[in-house]
Amino acid sequence: MNPAVNKSEDTLNKYSFNIEGGNFNDAGTVSTRIKSILKQKGLPNDVVRKSAIVCYEAEINIVSYARKGTVNLTITAETVEIEVIDEGPGIPDIEQAMEQGYSTANQQIREMGFGAGMGLHNINSYSDKFDITSEVNKGTFLKMIINNPQSTKDL
Amino acid sequence: MKLSEIKEILNADVIVGEDKLDIEVKTAFGADLMSDVLAFAKAGSLLLTGLTNTQVVRIANVLDIAAIILVRGKKPPVETISMARNLQIPILTTKYILFETAGRLYSKGIVGCLEKVEPGSE
Repeated sequence: MNPAVNKSEDTLNKYSFNIEGGNFNDAGTVSTRIKSILKQKGLPNDVVRKSAIVCYEAEINIVSYARKGTVNLTITAETVEIEVIDEGPGIPDIEQAMEQGYSTANQQIREMGFGAGMGLHNINSYSDKFDITSEVNKGTFLKMIINNPQSTKDL
Repeated sequence: MKLSEIKEILNADVIVGEDKLDIEVKTAFGADLMSDVLAFAKAGSLLLTGLTNTQVVRIANVLDIAAIILVRGKKPPVETISMARNLQIPILTTKYILFETAGRLYSKGIVGCLEKVEPGSE
């Protein structure tokens, strides 16, 4: 099933996708869409791959922990910018959550092959710039920037 | 090496992709942790895993994995099979354990899609 796409009217290079918390069947569909959009735009394979990896982990986090979330994709000549905003429990201690191996995942998440405390760590290492803020009982905001070293023109 | 040779080496059954056995592969990655598959598996590689849920297929699709090899005799559920059919990603299953699967392929010339994980592997 394709996730809902709301394409902004002011520019052709902004996309927004909604993600439903707890919907494990659809986890990964937004990343799949983003990958094909970036490929279609002719971005370098490495940029496409990094963007898909960070988005996939963020998507798994929303499905696993949040009520709902939104992924905003902005493509410029120099960067791919991915914002992930969720409504959920938030992260009380971001530093701890960023540690490799720290996880609060339940059995269902682990059975899918996630929840080993690698998600935020991977997001951090595959982004050229990564910002995270979170408020307990409100939600979490992630911003990942992947640089495009070849600077694609005519997007 | 062709996927048909990999099928022979592993004495594997083809679950999806009987028509894709002439695909050429040179490298592989093996893990049951999908975060590590996302982080380290490379396009065009085989994915050796014991996980059979739909996430394996979706991740293989996102990463342009050539084919999925299920180890330890795992049989995927119908949702996984139908998703792999739609996305045209071959799935083979072998009774060999992950270690044996990797060893048998390595001894015939398939190598890791990366050798070691080091800072900058990404």
